[in-house]
Amino acid sequence: MKYIDEFRNLDIAARISGLIKEEARGLGDMNFMEVCGTHTMAVERFGIRRMLPENVRLISGPGCPVCVTPKNYIDKAIALTSLENVIVFSFGDMLKVPGTNSSLLKQKLKGKVKIVYSAFDAALFAEKNRNKKIVFLGIGFETTAPTVAATVKYAKKKKLENFFVYSNHKVMPPAMKLLAKDKKANIKGFLCPAHVSAIIGMKPYARICEGYNIPCVIAGFEPLDILHSVFMLIRQVKSKKAKVENQYNRVVKFSGNIKALRLIEEVFSINDSDWRGIGVIKNSGLILSKRYRDFDAEKNIDLPDVKTSVDKGCICGSVLKGIKTPLDCALFSKKCTPENPYGACMVSSEGACAAYYRYPAPLASLGYGTSRK
Amino acid sequence: MKTITLSHGSGGKLMHDLIRDLFLKNLGNPFLNKMGDAALIKSGSKKLAYATDSFVVKPLFFPGGDIGKLSVCGTVNDLAVSGAMPRYLSCGMIVEDGFSYADLERITISIRDACRFAGVNIVSGDFKVVEKGAIDGIFINTSGIGEVFEDSFIDAARIKPGDKIIISGTIGDHAASILLAREDLKFKTKIKSDCSPLNKFVSSIICRDIKFMRDPTRGGLATTLNEISMASSYDIAIEELEIPVKKSVKALCEILGFDPLYMANEGKLIAVVSKSAAVSILSKMKRHALGKDARIIGEVKKEKDKKVYLKTQSGGLRILDMITGEQLPRIC
Repeated sequence: MKYIDEFRNLDIAARISGLIKEEARGLGDMNFMEVCGTHTMAVERFGIRRMLPENVRLISGPGCPVCVTPKNYIDKAIALTSLENVIVFSFGDMLKVPGTNSSLLKQKLKGKVKIVYSAFDAALFAEKNRNKKIVFLGIGFETTAPTVAATVKYAKKKKLENFFVYSNHKVMPPAMKLLAKDKKANIKGFLCPAHVSAIIGMKPYARICEGYNIPCVIAGFEPLDILHSVFMLIRQVKSKKAKVENQYNRVVKFSGNIKALRLIEEVFSINDSDWRGIGVIKNSGLILSKRYRDFDAEKNIDLPDVKTSVDKGCICGSVLKGIKTPLDCALFSKKCTPENPYGACMVSSEGACAAYYRYPAPLASLGYGTSRK
Repeated sequence: MKTITLSHGSGGKLMHDLIRDLFLKNLGNPFLNKMGDAALIKSGSKKLAYATDSFVVKPLFFPGGDIGKLSVCGTVNDLAVSGAMPRYLSCGMIVEDGFSYADLERITISIRDACRFAGVNIVSGDFKVVEKGAIDGIFINTSGIGEVFEDSFIDAARIKPGDKIIISGTIGDHAASILLAREDLKFKTKIKSDCSPLNKFVSSIICRDIKFMRDPTRGGLATTLNEISMASSYDIAIEELEIPVKKSVKALCEILGFDPLYMANEGKLIAVVSKSAAVSILSKMKRHALGKDARIIGEVKKEKDKKVYLKTQSGGLRILDMITGEQLPRIC
């Protein structure tokens, strides 16, 4: 497939992998965090760890939107489905996330939840079904926020009084800053998210990079992108000078997508936001601004009170911060599986635990490579 | 309280655990314990195959087929990959009160056409109506009896290291067409289900060198290869670059974050064949319309860990596990 297969090329991958090994020799252990869940998935799906030398470790970050959505939000979304005349619209992979007593997938069987690929489809449904209240679960980072913002503007223009967004959108840089500060994670470089960067551009990473002297490379999602970006990070480590580089320059522009950024600014305002497994991060969330408050589900629908239980024994917080890997968790693959997830990182296909579970490392004894680092 | 969930029915690990811990434990016998797509039975000098399948697809009509066609193909294909020519089918329908007569007629005609195409007859039937809300529209069960081909030697115990794995065509078409028809996903594509009876195709290729066959339905290619690996005890290694996937299906999967290796097929088979005959069997397959995209995708390894390995397109390596739960479209 054009623009995909070229970036999965076997021979070029082997060559970059060879260059990485040469460049990394003698540099000591390097932890690079792939911030975005889609990177985590690609790393596992294409078996990229096997192409890296022993001293280069990829650790998974907090960039899986489903994983960091707090359980209380899920519980409230589930409770919304029990309200008369309300239909909840959601992105697909939110459905499996277990709340305290149920999941949206279970509610879907009762016809109260619909899967959409775009918020806009939910607004169109609202337009055709004015007697129903449509609540869209707005989650995700800077990537999804602009399309939701555009949809809210459309709803205002069309005077849709039955369309609401229950926003738990988050922004990435504050979380990266928190991780950069965390000595335990010992991050030597960030693989910055591809799609988020397409919106926010390169500038927001500069403060993280300069403030904490951590190399940042904006990386595409294909195997060659990731390998190339790892190579660029190692070069920065070697030169001892951290900067923001853009490997994904076929998509990401220096200033990002100005139009999308203006949309976010117009429709949302910044607030503190709770990240599942991590806790509240200052100025890391997006709620609908005053001008669009008529479309804010929290302001216009009586959200039922819910009791949310705490995840016990789960180390997702440490996994999301890159301090531990899923293999360090006593629950992993025993009590906690994709069918019966305990913690946030197992529920989404992008979560570090789900990726480790779905793509286990081949056994070293078979001569297929070394065991997972 | 322990309950049955949708994941128990997705063809993956949970379902296999349920079959072992509940059904085989209580109902086990030498025929069932083999866990084949069909049971092989001797009647006098004749060798027969017997299979059953139930159909609960939503939506009932989708590009490339409907629940009627599917219910014939499902049982016919279970018999065919067991090395048998299907002869007689039964058909049981459970219909919800208020179901459209025209739809029922359309489904029945579709069953008729699929039977004609496969050369089988429905020789026994049952029809029940349940109150509104008790089921979702219509459920169909079919079962069938087939005569085992004389030159069929399908047996997982014959699988040996070095044997080649062949897939008869592109994967993921059926699941992709259902997904597009089911959810409110506004994509304009021409993806059609591959739903077709495989019996005539099988009869054109069957020979002693085909050691095992299975149709990769629920759970897709990856899950079925795991079943083959478990049945034979040997590891299997396949090459991502060799696996045929239609461009449109691949594109849809890239957008939604789906893995075609785990997507259901309704007109494909996986054959494990002896190394020496692999090329000739492949060329026989390619002569038939249902096998024109057939490819050799991998081989049986000598290690006995019951694992399936995928050499990725970019040269990485990973374990292909069974499906766990259903795949759902991703956020971004």
